[in-house]
Amino acid sequence: MNRHRTLRKKGEFQMQDAALPVRIDSLDGVTVLVPRGDIDMSRAPSFREHVRRAINAGAPKVVIDLSEVEYMDSSGLATLVEAMRNAKQASVALMLCGLHQKVLAIFEIARLHQFFKIEATVEDAIAAS
Amino acid sequence: MNQTMGDQPHIRVELLSDPNYLAGVRQLIAGVTQRIGFDEKSCSQVALAVDEALANVIRHGYSRACDRPIWVSVWTVPANDEAGAYLRVVIEDEARQVDTCDLQGRDLDDPKPGGLGLHIIREVMDEVEYTKRSPRGMRLTMTKHAPRADESAPDAPKEG
Repeated sequence: MNRHRTLRKKGEFQMQDAALPVRIDSLDGVTVLVPRGDIDMSRAPSFREHVRRAINAGAPKVVIDLSEVEYMDSSGLATLVEAMRNAKQASVALMLCGLHQKVLAIFEIARLHQFFKIEATVEDAIAAS
Repeated sequence: MNQTMGDQPHIRVELLSDPNYLAGVRQLIAGVTQRIGFDEKSCSQVALAVDEALANVIRHGYSRACDRPIWVSVWTVPANDEAGAYLRVVIEDEARQVDTCDLQGRDLDDPKPGGLGLHIIREVMDEVEYTKRSPRGMRLTMTKHAPRADESAPDAPKEG
């Protein structure tokens, strides 16, 4: 399993982040990101990079479809909070959709469910103002 | 299944401080809690709390070094005629010791990235205690009782 690690100094390995598969669609001029799999500490950096690129790419709206994410921890939440702030600064509308009940529960525990614009489906998110 | 919670853990796992192994521990915890009768929501939330605790050790205790030891010990008590099921999880490390008074969740009124893990742990688990190990490292002891049937239906976080 040492392929996941790089030697930082003798006897000490630094973790390497795991890639998160993310499908990128463009619908009606809206960029839709569809990550697939758990978003935890190992995959959050990959997720963050995908979201950062989408926000900086120039589309007026970015939708993150979480329908293929069945688990997210606070690393994923932190990535989304950061993304929402970056989107506001870039005048990009950022919306979430497709949250599984388990994932929505994490938003509620962290009391972040009202911080984000959350819709049920991609179509709803694209249509929402 | 052992009906008591003695000194000997019912399950003890040693893992390296590599985030790639968090998924395996989550599955273990979710499976054990399901087996002793926790509902699906509680299983996933206890697994989340343990995941957050391990991530905190890796991120803060070991400064993301991925080759350091972490021990996860689990005790379970299934429901009986007198009490509901519960489990205890103890997470131990050899990371730098911190003053337990400094381990507070952050204010949630100002949404910002980071600092949510400890809040989630305290929100999900019934009892949370940090202590210093001897001669080094920290120990986190968490206990969770299975919600009674009349508690488990609504999805309302604890106020706190």
